[in-house]
Amino acid sequence: MSSSTVERIRSVAARITTPLLPDDYLKMINPLWTARELRGKVIEVVPETDDAATLVIKPGWGFRADYAPGQYVGIGVDIDGRWHWRSYSISSTPDSNRDTLTITVKAMPEGFLSEHLVRGLEPGTIVRLALPQGEFVLPDPPPAKILFWTGGSGITPVMSMLRTMDRRGTMPDVVHVHSAPTQDQAIFRDERLALAERHEGLQTIENFDDEHGILDVEKLTKVCPDWRERETWVCGPAPMLEAAEKHWSKSKLGKSLHIERFSADLSASAEGGHVTFSKSEKEVDLDGATTLLEAGEEAGIQMPFGCRMGICHTCILPLKKGVVKDLRNGAEYQENQNIQTCVTAAAGDCVIEI
Amino acid sequence: MAISDIAEFAHLTPEEIDELGKEFDQIRRDIEGSRGEKDAAYIRRIIGLQRKLMVAGRATLFASAFPPAWVAGTAMLATGKILENMEIGHNVMHGQWDWMNDPEIHSGTWEWDTTCPAEQWKHSHNYMHHTYTNVIGKDNDVGYGILRVTSDQKWHPANIGQPIYNTLLALLFEWGVALHDLDIEAIRKREKDPVEMKRQLKGIWRKVRKQVAKDYVIFPALSGPQFVSTLTANATANIIRNLWSYMIIFCGHFPDGAEKFTEEELENETQAEWYIRQLFGSANFNGGRFLHILSGSLGYQIEHHLFPDLPSNRYPEISERVKVLCEKYNLPYTTGPLYRQYGQVFRTLMRLSLPTKRAFPEPQPPVRQSKRARPEELRNYNGPIAPQSAVA
Ligand SMILES: Cc1cc2nc3c(=O)[nH]c(=O)nc-3n(C[C@H](O)[C@H](O)[C@H](O)COP(=O)(O)OP(=O)(O)OC[C@H]3O[C@@H](n4cnc5c(N)ncnc54)[C@H](O)[C@@H]3O)c2cc1C
Ligand code: FES
Repeated sequence: MSSSTVERIRSVAARITTPLLPDDYLKMINPLWTARELRGKVIEVVPETDDAATLVIKPGWGFRADYAPGQYVGIGVDIDGRWHWRSYSISSTPDSNRDTLTITVKAMPEGFLSEHLVRGLEPGTIVRLALPQGEFVLPDPPPAKILFWTGGSGITPVMSMLRTMDRRGTMPDVVHVHSAPTQDQAIFRDERLALAERHEGLQTIENFDDEHGILDVEKLTKVCPDWRERETWVCGPAPMLEAAEKHWSKSKLGKSLHIERFSADLSASAEGGHVTFSKSEKEVDLDGATTLLEAGEEAGIQMPFGCRMGICHTCILPLKKGVVKDLRNGAEYQENQNIQTCVTAAAGDCVIEI
Repeated sequence: MAISDIAEFAHLTPEEIDELGKEFDQIRRDIEGSRGEKDAAYIRRIIGLQRKLMVAGRATLFASAFPPAWVAGTAMLATGKILENMEIGHNVMHGQWDWMNDPEIHSGTWEWDTTCPAEQWKHSHNYMHHTYTNVIGKDNDVGYGILRVTSDQKWHPANIGQPIYNTLLALLFEWGVALHDLDIEAIRKREKDPVEMKRQLKGIWRKVRKQVAKDYVIFPALSGPQFVSTLTANATANIIRNLWSYMIIFCGHFPDGAEKFTEEELENETQAEWYIRQLFGSANFNGGRFLHILSGSLGYQIEHHLFPDLPSNRYPEISERVKVLCEKYNLPYTTGPLYRQYGQVFRTLMRLSLPTKRAFPEPQPPVRQSKRARPEELRNYNGPIAPQSAVA
């Protein structure tokens, strides 16, 4: 059925379910039969290493499977009655014949959600989903010469790219340099080596930090001497991304570098203050480290969000009064500016319109 | 009557009032800190039950020509609508479940199964009524602009018709609620902004059209030759819901012991005094768990007014703590069986249709001078983690 036919049936049916939607009733039969809030069912949790696992998720109605390799999804998980959201790169390849997608999560020490996803999630759990987004994507067809530089869980979006080129048979000349603390902790190792075996153009270089020491930019340029000629995708820990950014921009090659950040460095601090969410009529006292997004959600407000780390601008809200500080760099924003709530905190009393 | 004139309150010193305010704050903090899986499961279960009732009720009415099916279908539909309006809609729109961070059960997105648009309800109820509870001239729930419910309201010859207006309001309660935020009083006094009025009327019309089409056109038509019996079943279910919600809601603020206040009382009101006004202005009724759920937990009207945005399934435990406080500070806690509470409301309504000097029962004269907090004390009170909906 075409999607416009479905929409028409849905809007006719809504006349008898008003003020609810047909979805609100259908999801009582099958939790995936609703497009009101995107949902997915965790079909399987596959351990990858000691501290990482792949979740196989079957999305419900309304989810477009036509994501680009490298994009991420938002995942909402119900913990103790409350929905918590994080972003995860899709590690599977977009394939219209498959009705599942996968994400691969590394449990962070003291991490609130990642621990739970890797070790505590039962197959059959219903999660919420946000549509795939992100600019860290592989073009189709891919460029002739590619360098992938990944570290730790940063392998996930690149794995999707590799799998996609493998499936489409478009693997060009690729050098993939991957770092992990140890061989045991290297995610997707068997599959990556098998891919390299199968594709002549794909060269996989592994670095195990405990054994070989950290692989820095200098080492990278040694193992991949023609890096200047390659369009490059980098994903990994923050210091690695900074080093890459610096090196490529110094060489005036910034345009051929693509970077995906999994976490923003929110180490700057603000003064904190009394924050008013004007339309919701909620007020909270905040310290200088809590982001306005977290604070709003904690107060029960429906805050808009996407990546939750300062890249997508979905979380923008008008600052009506006061000053807020960007926790990434200490930049200040004044009243009547639009602010990214996911990376800003109160610098004194302020009013945010939502 | 103002808080400071109420005998039961006058024995409290400003320090005690302050202390009491902090104790109420503590209850709020304790509940907020312990909301979790169980509470979420409760509201999801009630919502699930309500939707099943609706489906079963509507399905049964496809045989509405058969009298037992008519009765069973109407009963299920009425119960479903009562649950939806009272325990679910009313409480969700108060933001009691917003902490779940679930857009499907959130005050910002909920639309309820009645002719009143959620947006207007949230203004007239959450804001005006819950902030200015029982303040004559501010809270339009004091008589809904058509009834004289306290002798503090001046008698008018039109009040003679009160028994009739009361019956009509009970039967058509849903429609009264739909028009409520228009503020009939302001329209009568020609104080209403016509642009705003037009906007509100449009909103009401959009909602009414959908509700009426569903209950009185589409479902009857779908049941084919049983058009008329399905239509009467739907109308009956709506009326049963109207009568029930009317009665429960009237038992919240009009039985004996629920006080009314004046606008002067609002000046310099502290958070602690706001709590006390909520306590004095509201009346509970007793009953089992089932009755409380069907009443939208408004049998805990006092707790609901103290903490309008805490989850309703926690009111029973809050109520235990509030009762202990009332005992400790020697304050009244108005409650009784439902029939008695409504009996008092009905008697008051009938009595006040005639000119009376004073409400029933006779008030006591002010016992002594008010002991209102002085302005510097107001500033020192670093209370409110206020009931959020009350922050104007
Ligand atoms: C676009 C994008 C894609 C992503 N893709 C992936 C992916 O594919 N795979 C993946 O594993 N992750 C991915 N992430 C990261 C993911 O979204 C989460 O941030 C990550 O899983 C950590 O979440 P958490 O709830 O476990 O940690 P949080 O509780 O949010 O904590 C964040 C960090 O703070 C540290 N921390 C927490 N509490 C303390 C404390 N008390 N003291 C000291 N440190 C503390 C944690 O160790 C963690 O490093 C991605 C992020 C983005 C933005
Ligand atoms: S949520 Fe993406 S920038 Fe804030």
